[in-house]
Amino acid sequence: MNGIDDIDDEWTIPPGHSSLGRLERVLRRGDFAVTAELNPPDSANPEDVYERASVFDGWVDAINATDGSGANCHMSSVAICALLTRMGYAPVMQISCRDHNRIAIQGNVLGAAAMGVCNVLCLTGDGVQAGDQPGAKPVFDLDCMSLLETIGSMRDEEKFLSGRKITSPPNVFLGAAINPFAPPYSFRPKRLAKKIEAGAQFVQSQYCFDLDILNEYMNQVRDLGLHEKCYILIGVGPLASAKTARWIRSNVPGIHIPDSIIDRLEGAGDPKAQKAEGKKICIEMMQAVREIEGVSGVHVMAYRQEEFVAEIVEESGVIKDRKPWIREPNPGEQIVAERMEELTQHTSEEGSHI
Amino acid sequence: MAKITVYQPSGTSEVYRVRSRYSLRLWSVRHSRFLEIVYNLFADSLLALHPLWNWIGYARVERPMVAVEKFTKEILFDCRMCGRCVLSSTGMSCPMNCPKNLRNGPCGGVRADGHCEVEPDMPCVWVQAWQGSQRMKATSNILDVQKPVDHSIQGTSAWLRACSERAEEKIQERKEEKKQEKSS
Repeated sequence: MNGIDDIDDEWTIPPGHSSLGRLERVLRRGDFAVTAELNPPDSANPEDVYERASVFDGWVDAINATDGSGANCHMSSVAICALLTRMGYAPVMQISCRDHNRIAIQGNVLGAAAMGVCNVLCLTGDGVQAGDQPGAKPVFDLDCMSLLETIGSMRDEEKFLSGRKITSPPNVFLGAAINPFAPPYSFRPKRLAKKIEAGAQFVQSQYCFDLDILNEYMNQVRDLGLHEKCYILIGVGPLASAKTARWIRSNVPGIHIPDSIIDRLEGAGDPKAQKAEGKKICIEMMQAVREIEGVSGVHVMAYRQEEFVAEIVEESGVIKDRKPWIREPNPGEQIVAERMEELTQHTSEEGSHI
Repeated sequence: MAKITVYQPSGTSEVYRVRSRYSLRLWSVRHSRFLEIVYNLFADSLLALHPLWNWIGYARVERPMVAVEKFTKEILFDCRMCGRCVLSSTGMSCPMNCPKNLRNGPCGGVRADGHCEVEPDMPCVWVQAWQGSQRMKATSNILDVQKPVDHSIQGTSAWLRACSERAEEKIQERKEEKKQEKSS
């Protein structure tokens, strides 16, 4: 099986699919999917984005472009996605409700889809207080639920929120986030049900370091039959050291790291051994998660350790011998190529007059 | 082992903390069942008075009603007068008090002790909402997906809006019934 296995020459969306995207094809086919998170650069250099994306080459099905994660400013997710699609990568564009109102968001969705973005992840976003610019105005015009509904109706009913017609709808695969590891635990599966009702087709979870809580959550999810309506990807990632783990606990909202994990990291000894242990924990977690009924994939968030993602995916063996991504041409490219040809012909004809 | 510190957001001013009081808001959530009954009775009587409001004119009743509504709901719920009240679907915990204005459930940042990620000493509005909703008669209302807030109606009376909408619905229903009677 190769990367461009079932792509149509005609660029038509396969029956039953909402997008042209590779992630949707992989999930619908029943393969165990792997996605990874790209650490967005604090620069205006496209090369930085390509360098950071290239470490995932051949190992992930889609790359998440974060939208000001932790309320810190970085290159925008729309721009990162535009750069990535130009190269034929399959990005998941994250949209957070913190920084844009409904007018901006709907415009961005159309623009992103025009650039070939096939996957959109709808988030509420961290509060502005979590970042380095706490004086910013928090927008939160929509919340993740109404954002899902909004984009869903743009795609399916071909309408803006106002009811105004969209001539060419954004064909995107809609995603949302879940965090089974935060209270109120009994409400979490019901919240997933709400997200599915609002239009979520896949979900990516917060970091999982506690299998007991996840198992309990997945039990309830299966009881409600939610795993049949939505693809669930569980978030995993290597911890660099016990110190980092403690730092994450005290500085990043919504991440639950049990003491047992920190003790295990600490027990490994020197920093190098701790790093190896962190990777090992991540790999074990991926293998354990793969066995849980209803889990369709993993989302690897290896913050500042992105170069190890390929290794981790390979060693875990979760995708078996499937080779995920190789460069897939983007339908938009053909249009650009045709236009360029026209343009060069035109200018060469006119050229003599200048 | 080192002491576990929990995430502390930057830039939350002391003044803001002192200004916020949660005790009454939490009382309302604890008594969500009682408040649900009271509101339903109130809404029904408001609806019964629809002809009166219509006669005076809804626009004219608006101002005094806003004053009453704001006064009561600010005390009981720390109401923000969003104009589209969803307290009956959120266990009598006002979702506009969530720093992210979430109207569809808790975000992923809720602390292990059930407090807010942004304001560490405030109990999460949605943890409270979930508890409150389980005490109410309309337990499953919290599972409805809420539409985005219409910011253009902020500061107007949600009571009157609900009343006129319900009245309108009833009128429509009656019209349809009559139509059916005629056709049969």
